[in-house]
Amino acid sequence: MPTFVYMTRCDGCGHCVDICPSDIMHIDTTYRRAYNIEPNMCWECYSCVKACPQNAIDVRGYADFAPLGHSVRAVRDEEKGVIAWRIKFRNGKKDLSLLAPITTKPWGKYIPQLRDVPAPTQEQRDSQYLYNEPKYIRMDDGGIHTLETNGLKIVEGVQY
Amino acid sequence: MAYKTIVEDNIDILVAGAGLGGTGAAFEARYWGQNKKIVIAEKANIDRSGAVAQGLYAINCYMGTRFGENNPEDHVRYARIDLMGMVREDLLFDMARHVDSAVHQFEEWGMPIMRDLEKGSFLREGRWQIMIHGESYKPLVAEAAKKSADKVYNRVAVTHLLMDEAKENRVAGAVGFNVRTGNFHVFKSKTVVCGAGGASNIFKPRSVGEGAGRVWYAPWSSGSAYALMINAGAKMTQMENRIVLARFKDGYGPVGAYFLHLKTYTQNAYGEEYESKWFPALQKMVGKEYLDPELSHATHRPIPTCLRNHAIINEVNAGRGPIHMVTMHSFQDPHLEEIGWHNFLGMTVGQAVLWAATDVDPKYQNPELTTSEPYVMGSHATGCGAWCSGPEDISPPEYQWGYNRMMTVEGLFGAGDAVGGTPHAFSSGSFTEGRISAKSACKYIDDGKAEGIRVTDSQINKLKEEVYKPMEHYKIHRNDIVAGSVNPNYINPRQALDRLQKLMDEYAGGVTVSYMTNDKLLSIGLMKMKILEEDLEKVAASDLHELLRAWEVKHRHRTSECVMQHTLFRKETRWPGYYYRGDAMKVDDENWHVLTVSRRDPQTGAYTMEKAPLYHLVEDETAAAAE
Repeated sequence: MPTFVYMTRCDGCGHCVDICPSDIMHIDTTYRRAYNIEPNMCWECYSCVKACPQNAIDVRGYADFAPLGHSVRAVRDEEKGVIAWRIKFRNGKKDLSLLAPITTKPWGKYIPQLRDVPAPTQEQRDSQYLYNEPKYIRMDDGGIHTLETNGLKIVEGVQY
Repeated sequence: MAYKTIVEDNIDILVAGAGLGGTGAAFEARYWGQNKKIVIAEKANIDRSGAVAQGLYAINCYMGTRFGENNPEDHVRYARIDLMGMVREDLLFDMARHVDSAVHQFEEWGMPIMRDLEKGSFLREGRWQIMIHGESYKPLVAEAAKKSADKVYNRVAVTHLLMDEAKENRVAGAVGFNVRTGNFHVFKSKTVVCGAGGASNIFKPRSVGEGAGRVWYAPWSSGSAYALMINAGAKMTQMENRIVLARFKDGYGPVGAYFLHLKTYTQNAYGEEYESKWFPALQKMVGKEYLDPELSHATHRPIPTCLRNHAIINEVNAGRGPIHMVTMHSFQDPHLEEIGWHNFLGMTVGQAVLWAATDVDPKYQNPELTTSEPYVMGSHATGCGAWCSGPEDISPPEYQWGYNRMMTVEGLFGAGDAVGGTPHAFSSGSFTEGRISAKSACKYIDDGKAEGIRVTDSQINKLKEEVYKPMEHYKIHRNDIVAGSVNPNYINPRQALDRLQKLMDEYAGGVTVSYMTNDKLLSIGLMKMKILEEDLEKVAASDLHELLRAWEVKHRHRTSECVMQHTLFRKETRWPGYYYRGDAMKVDDENWHVLTVSRRDPQTGAYTMEKAPLYHLVEDETAAAAE
């Protein structure tokens, strides 16, 4: 397919249309359900699968090399900050469940609003520093690396 | 044309394309320009766009100065040897000295970075890579960018840069269209940070039919970074340095963690080590300087990735394929087995889908590897992109003409795939380059360099007509036939893409010719490329989605043309394993220890090629090791 939509579960909310990086999840105007309009430009990135509130989107491996009968499902829980995966093999011999964290902090809270932090000084503007530097490079008071501090110089003998 | 024109005026910094480079730029711009107007134009949704849309399982560029692990010059040495010398060491050093601060911020924002509990440092996959649970990498950095920007335009595909009409060779913003509403968007801006993507799908992929989307690099990376810059007349560098990846067969699942952390290794179909067998002959081709297995062993100086590809390609051609990744030993450890699977789920789910579909259990079976079709990009282990000015305190005069990361077009800055000569930036380095660009762009504006920018309606109207031409063309000719996709007066975007891929594959060294090309093939290829350009004037889009695809293929075409020009110019085989020039099968350091620079004249379409000096900033590690 690779992604496809179970019509009975899809309610046409359009979350997948909103998120698809490849612009291929669209709403069918007759049935008002989502579908993949261009399977050969699908990367199986699972963005739509993760975004679907109804778990209505699934993936079937690419027809030119993947046999039928397998399953790789994902449930992403923003609030708990985890993603759960289940991988089922075609022959039924393997059935793996895996869990991974997706964030360690509440969303967005720890990202600074740079409009509100103290404005950079002229000295900072004239330096090579970026925001939060040099502290955030070494997490101490050490300065930024330059050619001089690192004992480097341009090696002579340029070749054309 | 019924579509509205929406003009966003008085922008200070326009971020075109918001992957990791663009998000870094938008975030940082707010700090240096707290009163500036920052606008993002992204062709998809910023929450899941760019190459990192599905996540990552590793941050591939992290120095670890904090833990006493590496200094920037170490990274310069590494990238230099991997690219067989051809890098901008000033830009590399600059990226490397800032990159840790970006990663430390990611962790503070909530990125789950794995820790080495014994050492207290980040868990390393290899010398430069740290392991993360990066499923939400993109949503996290998108949040940072959204907090900084005044406005984010999702689903607006940027097609052209606007040029200033008051001063020659100065950028004045960009135009594009909304792929949902169809509206024409005009962004008048003092500066532009180009964060658009590199090029997948310019060479014929190994997969066909439905599977054509299964490429290694995201199929929505349409070479827009290069096309926008080339069309604006920016100088480009190292466009011949396309990359071929050794990956798990068909799924193109990543192998980095497998090699580095899981300690897997490769062997041929008969269980033999094959790599070293190909090295003596290869050493004659590239010289001892670039391939010295004994020295590599002694100093841990890595063998360039392309040369390891060369061994795979030759072993397969000798009839001893496929190459296998030996996973059976390490996967007996349940912890390593879990990491192996997580590695795919974090960034290439399609590989997990494939193994489940084909019952490949790496615990009991060694999976197949293969080499991919070539890609053109500037952020992974290859350095295609614009010729950019370097940092004031590092760069030699030839590399420095004003503002850090500014291109040869004034007011135009770059990050990620857009910047040439800085390979091995990956996600964190791209974000860092965006930050550097943003600071420079603010400085450029504060220095009064963007005063008096003028964009007339005639430029805008001309571009508007051009942008919608594929839809107009469709409207005029759709009734030339009753139904179906075969029309004597137009081709659709998919047909155009198929033709481009065939052309690039056969004439510029794709998979079906074993990455081989020569001057004659390239010259024919360029002629056919010209004719394809004429036909692209007749590409037809039946709806807005096809209009998006039409512009993507036009961008891919421009990128490909530039790749061919560069490959023709560099008369040597610099990176065997990425491509071979059959008419010049040797590395030629005497004549080609240089960077290649091109410029396409926007008026005539003619390319001028030149050699630029290659400066080495740091001593070779072998010299250091010998002491």
